[in-house]
Amino acid sequence: MELSRYPLIKGVLKSRWPQWAFFAVLLAMFLFAIFAGIGGTPVGNHNFGIVFVWIAWWAILILVAVPLFGRGWCAVCPIPVPGEWLQRGAVLDPPPINKQGSKGRWLNLRWPNKLRNIWLQNTSFLLVALFSSVILTTPLVTAIVLAAMLFLAVGMSLVFERRSFCRYLCPVGGFIGLYAQAAPLELRTKDKSVCVRCEGKPCYNGSQAGYGCPWQVFPGGLTKNTYCGLCMECLRTCPHDNIAINIRPFSADLSKPSARLDEAYKAFIMLGSAIIYAAVLLGPWGSLKSAAYQVGSAAWLIYTTVFLAVILLALPGAFWLMVRSSSYLSHLRQKSQSIVRRNTSPRSDFSRLATALIPLGLAFWTAFSLSFVLTNGSYILMTLSDPLGWGWNIFGTAQTAWQPVLTFILAPLQSLVLVGGFAWSARTAQKNAAEIALSPAPVIGFCLGVTLLMLWLLL
Amino acid sequence: MGKHWLFLISLAVVGAGIALLPLPFSSPRPAEKTIRVEASQYAFTPGEIRVNPGDRVTLELVSTDVVHGLYIDAYDLSVQADPGEKASLNFTADRRGAFRIRCNVTCGAMHPFMIGRLYVGPNTMLYRTAGLTVLAAFALLVVSRNSHLQRESGR
Repeated sequence: MELSRYPLIKGVLKSRWPQWAFFAVLLAMFLFAIFAGIGGTPVGNHNFGIVFVWIAWWAILILVAVPLFGRGWCAVCPIPVPGEWLQRGAVLDPPPINKQGSKGRWLNLRWPNKLRNIWLQNTSFLLVALFSSVILTTPLVTAIVLAAMLFLAVGMSLVFERRSFCRYLCPVGGFIGLYAQAAPLELRTKDKSVCVRCEGKPCYNGSQAGYGCPWQVFPGGLTKNTYCGLCMECLRTCPHDNIAINIRPFSADLSKPSARLDEAYKAFIMLGSAIIYAAVLLGPWGSLKSAAYQVGSAAWLIYTTVFLAVILLALPGAFWLMVRSSSYLSHLRQKSQSIVRRNTSPRSDFSRLATALIPLGLAFWTAFSLSFVLTNGSYILMTLSDPLGWGWNIFGTAQTAWQPVLTFILAPLQSLVLVGGFAWSARTAQKNAAEIALSPAPVIGFCLGVTLLMLWLLL
Repeated sequence: MGKHWLFLISLAVVGAGIALLPLPFSSPRPAEKTIRVEASQYAFTPGEIRVNPGDRVTLELVSTDVVHGLYIDAYDLSVQADPGEKASLNFTADRRGAFRIRCNVTCGAMHPFMIGRLYVGPNTMLYRTAGLTVLAAFALLVVSRNSHLQRESGR
C-alpha cells in the first residue's frame, strides 16, 4: 500500500520543517546528554545521559522504530546533522546553485572503494560492544562516546562526500540497516523505467528542489532497505513524482538474500552480542559482570578474547558447518534424483543463508531489551525531573521510587518473541535454501540451538 | 488437502499439549526454608536460589561491602541490608516459575545488572517454550520436505 499517495502524508514528508523540528529537539537532547555525562552525577541510573540514551532511546529504537519503521531513526538522527549543515552550507533548502553546482563544500572526497562495505561498521560496533558494560553504566564514558560520534560525523562530512559516516562507520546504523530489511516500511520507485529515462538523475545528483541522496544510493536501483536512510530527499527532488513510501509485508527484503560477507557477519555480530549480553548483564554470574566491567584487567582480556572468539569464529564456524551439511545433504539427494543444482559458491551459500539470522537476531534483541526496559523504565520519570542529579524536581517526579513494571508478563512475552523469531527465521531459511536447492534442515537446526540457548539465558 | 488438515490439527493438539498439560515433576511437601544470601558488588551468592512451591521461605540478606537490596520480580517483595548486617525477608513461595532477584539500592556502576534468580519448583515456562520451539522446527521441516517433494513431482 502506497502511503505517499495520501496528500497529507506526502506533504508532511516533503516539507523540511517537521524533519527539521525533530533534528532540533533531538540534537538539543543529544548535546544535553553529553553535558549531563560530563557535568551531572556520576551515578548512572540518576543521570540523563545514561537513562535517556540507554533506556529510553534504546527502548524506542529496538522495540518500536527498527521493527516498524526500519531506518526511521536514521531519518531523524541528530548525530550527522551539524556536519551535514556545514557540508551543505545550508540548514534547510539547498542554497542557490553557484559555480560549485549542487556538489558539497569542503573537501568532498569520494569514500575509498576498498571501504565501500560495512566492515568498518562491524568493527565500530564490536568496539562499542567490548566496552559496553562501562559505556552503559558510566555517564562520563557515555558522554565521551557520544561526543566522539558527533566529532567523527562532523569531521567526515567535511572530508568525504555526503553522509559517509552514516553509511560506512556508524556503529548503530549498521545494525539498523540489517534489521530494516524486516520492517514493513519501504521507500521505492513507482516505475523503474521512468528512472532509466530521467535526465540528470536529480534524486542522486541533487537539484534546486533538494539534495542528492545523502546515503549515496540511486533510488532507481533500490531493492532493499539496507542502505536507504529514509531522509526523503529523493521524494523532494524527483521531478516525475516517481518515489513512493510503501507499507509492505514484514521481511519482504529477506527473500532477496545478500551474498555479501560483510552483511552476513553483521548478522552474526548482532546475534552473538545479544546472547553474550543476556549472559553477562542479565545472568546471575557476578564474575562475568566483573570481567566485563574491569576494562584492562586480565579478566577483561579473557572476556574480550572469548567475546570475539564466540562472535567472529564460533558462531560463524558452526553456521559454516551447517551450510556445508546442507550442501552435502542436497548433494546426496540430487545424486539419487539426478537433479542439477544451481552453481553457487560455498561463500555465497553461507552469506545468503545467514539472512535467516536477521529475524532471530531482532527477536533476541527485543527479548533482551524488554527485560531491562520494563525493569528500569521508572528511572525515566526520576531523571526527567532531575536530569543531572543535582537535587532538582522540575516535574515533581524526582522522588519516584525504582519500581519494575509488568515483570509478571516478562517471561511469557519473551517466550513469545523468541519462538516467533525462531519460526520467522526458520521459514526464511526454508525459502532461501530452496532458492539455491539446498536442504534447510541444518540451518534450522542452528537457529533452534541458539534459540534454546537464549531461552535458557532469559527465562 | 486432507493430509494437510490432519497435519495442522495434529500440530495444534501436540502444541496445546506441550503448553497446557501438567509436566511429570514431583511436588515435595511444603517446608520451612532459610537461605543466606550474600550480596556484594555486583552479585548475589548463591546466584540461583531453588525452593519448592508452598515453601515458607526466609531469605537472610547479608551485605559484604556497601548497602544492597534484594527485590523479587513478580512477588514484588524487597529487603535492604547495611554492610555487615543481616536483614530478613519472609514469604510463602506461592507463585511457581523462575523469577529474577535484583538489587534495589543503587550500589555502584553495574547496579542495574546485579541480578540473581529464584526458582520456585521446576522452570516449566522454559521447558514448555523449548518444547514449542522444537515442535515449530519439526513442523517447518515437514512443510519444507513436502514442498520439496511437490516441486520434484511437478518437474
